[in-house]
Amino acid sequence: MIRWLRWALLLLVARPIARFLTGADVTGREHLPLKGPAIIAANHNSHVDTLLMLSIFPAKAVMRVRPAAASDYFLKDPVIGWFSRNLVGIVPVARDKVATGEDVLAPAREALAAGDIVVVFPEGTRGDASDEMARLKSGVARLAEAFPEAPVTPVWIQGAGRVLPKGEVIPVPMNCAVLVGAPLRWHGKRAEFMDGLRDALLTLKDQAPPLRWS
Amino acid sequence: MDDARFKDSLHAESLDRNARLGNLRRAAASRGGNESLDQITRFLDLQHPHLLWGLGGVFGLVVLGAVVAGVLTVVNPRKDYTELRQRIFSWVIMIALLSAALLLGWQATTALFAVVSFIALREFLSLAPTRREDRLIVLAAYLAIPLNYAFIAADIYGVYLVLIPVYAFLITPWLMAVIGQTRGFLASASMFHWGLMTCIYNIGYVAFLMRTPPYEAPAGGAGLVFFLLVATEFNDVAQYVWGKLLGRHKIIPRVSPNKTWEGFIGGWITTAALIWFAGPLFTPLEGLGLAVVAVVLPAAGFAGDVTMSAIKRDIGVKDTSHLIPGHGGILDRIDSLTFTAPIYFHLLAFFALEKF
Repeated sequence: MIRWLRWALLLLVARPIARFLTGADVTGREHLPLKGPAIIAANHNSHVDTLLMLSIFPAKAVMRVRPAAASDYFLKDPVIGWFSRNLVGIVPVARDKVATGEDVLAPAREALAAGDIVVVFPEGTRGDASDEMARLKSGVARLAEAFPEAPVTPVWIQGAGRVLPKGEVIPVPMNCAVLVGAPLRWHGKRAEFMDGLRDALLTLKDQAPPLRWS
Repeated sequence: MDDARFKDSLHAESLDRNARLGNLRRAAASRGGNESLDQITRFLDLQHPHLLWGLGGVFGLVVLGAVVAGVLTVVNPRKDYTELRQRIFSWVIMIALLSAALLLGWQATTALFAVVSFIALREFLSLAPTRREDRLIVLAAYLAIPLNYAFIAADIYGVYLVLIPVYAFLITPWLMAVIGQTRGFLASASMFHWGLMTCIYNIGYVAFLMRTPPYEAPAGGAGLVFFLLVATEFNDVAQYVWGKLLGRHKIIPRVSPNKTWEGFIGGWITTAALIWFAGPLFTPLEGLGLAVVAVVLPAAGFAGDVTMSAIKRDIGVKDTSHLIPGHGGILDRIDSLTFTAPIYFHLLAFFALEKF
């Protein structure tokens, strides 16, 4: 029942809203994985990023897509928490428990083991709408290490921070470019993997149309 | 033929169509046969034959294009014709959407062009420089779309004429002042003005043409819109083809390096001939009025194309988005139309239409 509800929500509600707000101008669609385990690594400026990531996959893959989201933000409120878990299908990441030594990536690993497509935002939090990419956190490398068979697809989302910047409530329709790059593979070295991911994201960013936003 | 007799003959023709419709309905009732086929026959019988022949002709041209692309792919397997194929496929979709809207009437056409305005404005505002504090103005600019098209739907021409050129023109900078945003004030205000005028107001004229009374045009309002769209797109294609065939001398290298004098003049003459010979089938224009439209419309199309190119060059993009495979964004497709639509409308109003 909830599965059916999630499918209807993603395809009949989230997708038209994403199209309306962003135009969802995707290039490199052929690079998107259609089955798991697979990892998507995207930059993060807005909640619209999650909406877009749930909207650009073909219908047959969309139920597999699981966006990673901070449990300290999304699971605080019981209603939003239920919605995030069951309908958005988030994979919770307990950012606030990193220091305690708890395995905060366990839910993401479970999802990958179940054959899902996990979307991670390695910047860790939403940046401002300007083009800058924050330092990438290495959780994505640890996931890739645990699932070396999973492709890691870099995605640059441009302009989502204009549709709904951090701290704003009313979304304003503006075109977003979504650039999907060729997938990376785990090759054994964490630092080099992260450098490769950073380069891939910056290369995609260079191909995006200029962002005149200040 | 003088004006009154012309109108009488058109009126008689529409009466005749109604009579045929009645006959069809009776025939269907007595047969009790295939209901949906009868409905389609009835629907098409209501349409003006010129419009149906015109739409059929355009579809024929696209099918011909598809066949040529297919033959090229087979004959020349080493070359990649993906973009040509995408381009033609996108034409099929666009023509199908427009044909459906034109056949369904002014309501569908108004709705379709409201959507076109929205996507075009979103493309424009996304490429133009905007600031976080402008978000409210961006939202207000979108609100001008339902307002503008509401006056088209309500057939209130006088208000439509001034709503955006005067009132949106004043309200936009006033809103900016209220927000307290004075940095780059004039540049920012004129950016919004440009978007509102081209994407909403000028495109709105296409929808407003549909409100022409049936007796004022030989193929109704839909025929007027059909002919505007055909002449505008034909001009784009003709300029491109002549440029490819004969192009030597660049016409405006700092804006559009691929445009040539040969393409511009060749397209101009070909389109003017098309308007001169086919115009009387779809528009009430004749004599001087027809000649003026034939001369002005191709030049206006070129002007629209070049002006939008200058904006894209300033922003640093080739296409305004990837919405239409093989074509680019919707603004890339309607750039000429933002100039031809108002001019065509005004020339029709001046020379022929009594309503406007």
